[in-house]
Amino acid sequence: FLGAGGGNDIQWCFSQVKGAVDDDVAEADIISTVEFNHSGELLATGDKGGRVVIFQQEQENKTQSHSRGEYNVYSTFQSHEPEFDYLKSLEIEEKINKIRWLPQKNAAQFLLSTNDKTIKLWKISERDKRPEGYNLKEEDGRYRDPTTVTTLRVPVFRPMDLMVEASPRRIFANAHTYHINSISINSDYETYLSADDLRINLWHLEITDRSFNIVDIKPANMEELTEVITAAEFHPNSCNTFVYSSSKGTIRLCDMRASALCDRHSKLFEEPEDPSNRSFFSEIISSISDVKFSHSGRYMMTRDYLSVKIWDLNMENRPVETYQVHEYLRSKLCSLYENDCIFDKFECCWNGSDRQVIFNRTVTFFLPPLCSIVMTGSYNNFFRMFDRNTKRDITLEASRENNKPRTVLKPRKVCASGKRKKDEISVDSLDFNKKILHTAWHPKENIIAVATTNNLYIFQDKMN
Amino acid sequence: MFVRGLKRKCFDGEEDIEGTLAGIKAIPSYNLQRQSLLDMSLVKLQLCHMLVEPNLCRSVLIANTVRQIQEEMTQDGTWQMINTQSTGQASLDRLVSTDILCRSSREQAEGKHVPGYSTFNKDFAGDQAQDSSETMSTASSVQAPRNLQSNVWEMENPQENKGNFQKSLDQIFETLENKSPNSVEDLFSEVDNSYYDLDTMLTGMMSNTKMGHCDGLETFSSPTTATSNSNCKSDLNELDHIVEILVES
Repeated sequence: FLGAGGGNDIQWCFSQVKGAVDDDVAEADIISTVEFNHSGELLATGDKGGRVVIFQQEQENKTQSHSRGEYNVYSTFQSHEPEFDYLKSLEIEEKINKIRWLPQKNAAQFLLSTNDKTIKLWKISERDKRPEGYNLKEEDGRYRDPTTVTTLRVPVFRPMDLMVEASPRRIFANAHTYHINSISINSDYETYLSADDLRINLWHLEITDRSFNIVDIKPANMEELTEVITAAEFHPNSCNTFVYSSSKGTIRLCDMRASALCDRHSKLFEEPEDPSNRSFFSEIISSISDVKFSHSGRYMMTRDYLSVKIWDLNMENRPVETYQVHEYLRSKLCSLYENDCIFDKFECCWNGSDRQVIFNRTVTFFLPPLCSIVMTGSYNNFFRMFDRNTKRDITLEASRENNKPRTVLKPRKVCASGKRKKDEISVDSLDFNKKILHTAWHPKENIIAVATTNNLYIFQDKMN
Repeated sequence: MFVRGLKRKCFDGEEDIEGTLAGIKAIPSYNLQRQSLLDMSLVKLQLCHMLVEPNLCRSVLIANTVRQIQEEMTQDGTWQMINTQSTGQASLDRLVSTDILCRSSREQAEGKHVPGYSTFNKDFAGDQAQDSSETMSTASSVQAPRNLQSNVWEMENPQENKGNFQKSLDQIFETLENKSPNSVEDLFSEVDNSYYDLDTMLTGMMSNTKMGHCDGLETFSSPTTATSNSNCKSDLNELDHIVEILVES
């Protein structure tokens, strides 16, 4: 009888797919980031061509409770353009690495989008009225001959077709020598951090010509470089606390009150290595590709090449839970190293924050956040979900073959070795070009967005 | 590394291998596998520098892997380029890539690399198919990458390898730091620049022809003698492959 989160396993159904149908993928269309806004009404994607596409959920028909609103294109704009760094003779890619939404304060929506070097604050606003009846101008904007103006009237707003405009309000540039991998908005909603391979900077949303460097792990002698920053995030409630992960599988928690430069961590989270699994690839697969706090801030989740780990912030020496995403790849690491797949950076996400309990379709209670399910992507367009309570996991596939709405997705299974059962897929048949790196979970409902190379799939739970 | 199309006999005691690897007569030694991993890593680092702006995380991870191998080889005393062909030791789980993962991604990887690297891969495969002797083929598998490595780093003899290797790693990181055209040129100053000149490659004037041709055991201990090998048929295959890649891109 619980809505989202507890009780029964969720049954996922295909809802929509966005993007080109051809197998021939244009490089610019490769999706590089996916993010719901705080209400879940808007879903933003960024791509390799520097474009941002925002989808908006249709208003639900309140009387028809069989399906949630569909997502349709709301706004598309070119966020970043390719640039050329003349000093280094290097091109700066326009690929959008991350998008983060600001909480809504007024009618407009704001988001931060970043490429390797520059972060931009975009304002997305609607215009559905326009003023008409100017005294000095014609309807088409031309100025009237003043001598023909004989009366005075007040212009009035008249309805027009909805127009969604995106305009860059701030450009935060020239603060990163290395490639930006993360941006994270602080819970004070005034500042945010941006992290590149070696440094983390703190910005104020209103100030573009200055940022404060809060972490710097660049060695004096670059030859001594053995570790880089891979991801960073602010704590959801504690505005002085943030974490950053490294390529050696460690997570450092820092408190900005301790000192201006947070080079000394407050906590260091690291799991001791398992000697039985040691190989030349151990370090590479321990590199953390994503870190996400739970909604309460009590836990954080990290993704490395083969697993998802849940950490309790009060326990530094090991994770409290570990989930294997695709353990069958462990014996293939050499090939995955050769074809570079071992360097793929998978993201992970928690399920939505609110639990709703609905009685008689009229009364809704909101229970505290649960964070009981984690989701992450894999190869062959598979993605995985782990239920922390039931300890059950499921593998699903994002493919156009399953695209009948309200048909429950069939769980998939990979056969690691031995005799392959019917409907199972052997490891050798997996397509390593079809990788799901980016997934997002609606903040309030059981709706998920899963990005394949150039398509965005939206799934929702089967509503009874 | 084992490329599709190789005829080798099955591993003993390995889990079922479906399909492609027809057979593997004997398990290549851990040392050889480690060496080929080292070579592959060095090639990857080299390629990093040919990209517009190398991915620092990837470069660091590969460099760390190279260091690990180097450390282990130093401890083993095998850092002086080995001659042994022992096929005994069975602790292969660490390095063995027994199954061909995904042919399409491998082909794709070949396609997108610099033609030189793909040519190396293709030559390797081409040579292997013709080799009758199994031991020769394992030797060649090491020889091909080493030839590439020799060309790239212009090492005169194995003794210098270690010093040059360290120097090269350092240069890589300096380059990553500076990323100015001058640094990149410094890194490559010892290297025959025409290696990266596609025009020269196409006209076949390149030292490309040196790569990937092995006379097996004879040339095993002296990498540079491979320069005398020239196999016209392989040259043509190389050129075809290069043209194929250019056309696809």
